[in-house]
Amino acid sequence: MLARLGLEPGDEEFYADQLSGILGHIDRLQQLDTEDIPPTAQVVAVASRLRDDEPRPCLSQEEALANAPAPVNGFFRVPAIQEET
Amino acid sequence: MTSDDLTRLTITEASRLLRLGSISSADLVTAHVDRIERLDKHVKAYLRFTPELWEKQAEEADRRIRQGDAPALAGIPLAVKDVLCVRGVETTAGSQILRGFKPPYTGTAVGRLFEAGAVMLGVTNCDEFAMGSSTENSGYFPTRNPWDLQRVPGGSSGGSAAAVASGEAMIALGTDTGGSIRQPAALCGVVGMKPTYGRVSRYGLIAFASSLDQIGPFARSVDDAAIVLSLMSGLDPLDATSSDRPGMEVLNNFGAGVKGMRLGVPREYYDVKGIEPGVKDAIDAALFILRQAGAEIVDVSLPHTDYGLAAYYIIAPAECSSNLARFDGVRYGLSEIDAPNITEEYLQTRRNGFGTEVRRRVMLGTYALSSGYYDAYYLKAQKVRTLIKRDFDQAFQKCDAIVSATSPTVAFPIGAKTQDPLSMYLCDVLTLGGNLAGLPGISVPCGTADGLPVGLQVLGPQWGENVVLRVARAYEEASEMKAEVAGVV
Repeated sequence: MLARLGLEPGDEEFYADQLSGILGHIDRLQQLDTEDIPPTAQVVAVASRLRDDEPRPCLSQEEALANAPAPVNGFFRVPAIQEET
Repeated sequence: MTSDDLTRLTITEASRLLRLGSISSADLVTAHVDRIERLDKHVKAYLRFTPELWEKQAEEADRRIRQGDAPALAGIPLAVKDVLCVRGVETTAGSQILRGFKPPYTGTAVGRLFEAGAVMLGVTNCDEFAMGSSTENSGYFPTRNPWDLQRVPGGSSGGSAAAVASGEAMIALGTDTGGSIRQPAALCGVVGMKPTYGRVSRYGLIAFASSLDQIGPFARSVDDAAIVLSLMSGLDPLDATSSDRPGMEVLNNFGAGVKGMRLGVPREYYDVKGIEPGVKDAIDAALFILRQAGAEIVDVSLPHTDYGLAAYYIIAPAECSSNLARFDGVRYGLSEIDAPNITEEYLQTRRNGFGTEVRRRVMLGTYALSSGYYDAYYLKAQKVRTLIKRDFDQAFQKCDAIVSATSPTVAFPIGAKTQDPLSMYLCDVLTLGGNLAGLPGISVPCGTADGLPVGLQVLGPQWGENVVLRVARAYEEASEMKAEVAGVV
């Protein structure tokens, strides 16, 4: 549900079966003692770069909306997140 | 020279003929389009073609060649994997969820090759969101191996590899997250290179796993791969992880040969489970040639190899589940925006848009990141990533570069691994370590087993592209093992 994949009834068994096989393989990680090992999130040492906060050219409104499935009056139409009262 | 001869050239050869005036860029395009028309109905390397681009770019290339100021790739026919954005050209990451998407901008790597004069022929097929090792997970159709149409070309950049192998493009771009350039290069008998993480800007690359993804070239010779890589490398303010190291350094000394170099053979790779005897024989022969060329072959160890796949299949799905959250049907792509409520809109859009492998990985990644499992899976995998990186650091104390097979097997029959995802994942067991550690790696053709191409992988330390290219080039020269163009049918 968290992933919003829209599974259908038969899907759950299908994926559960395959994912248990994969997770079975992944479980071997637990054999390793990693108590004192730092995690690696980013493998190449790159320092964060800053840039001046200056206006730069960007997409026009028309370009930004060119792929929108349902543009309305120059905006993206989005699904309602609140019920009407 | 016949039209088909023009589809067998390398950049070096084609550039000479172009500059001599013996051929034009338009001739090169015509020859390739001709071949595509005859062969691509069998190979199915391309998803779509870009005639408006090739006409304009070939004309421009011919004009600059006539003026005598032709850039390095003037007139060179290029194919681009369907994950790299090109302004105005439908780019879908091999997925139905992006059908019809036309990027409003061109990514940095492709843009730099355009500036260097390359002529884009079309967009090549790939596994959906670059997830797969056979190009069978494409949301459109599978690509076939030009050497045997009943077999896969490898993946995920299978379309790009097959296009270069069949003479349907002179060079191509791919992306490599766990082996997606090197493995298809091996299976199709061409050269494919993954740079150090950060060498090439990822701006304009539709993300799969951001800490692992890199863009790289397919080519028919090591020289060609080196030229293309050098031209697209270098700092890009639009990718915070792109390095400021000069792109041209990848060429430093790369023609110097292997005499006196120490090449490490990791025993865990050499005897990897499932390696085919024919592949092993080809690698043994390659090691013999490298030794004859003056290299010293040394035994090294990568003790955590057995854990690499497990760590990779936590980290890559975790990053993908996060990256693919953007496909919500609101800003681009497939949309079920008229669903009764927002949850239904997401569910229907993603149900109809994503294929089986993508869903599998999003589930796996969401699970690994969910509270309660985060430490056991994601954090654990990141720690194991550290151990794998240390393995490579220690190995490079003893050797200049690492050599192994690229793939434990030759190209397998279409359908052979689609029912068993773990068997498909094992295709990348020799390549994904290079992604986890951020290393540059190349696959070069090293003969055949049962008539199918075998690839030799060379891995180097971070930023050691020149070392990797040097070994690959020395091998190519000593073995006289040029990438050939498949006859197809």
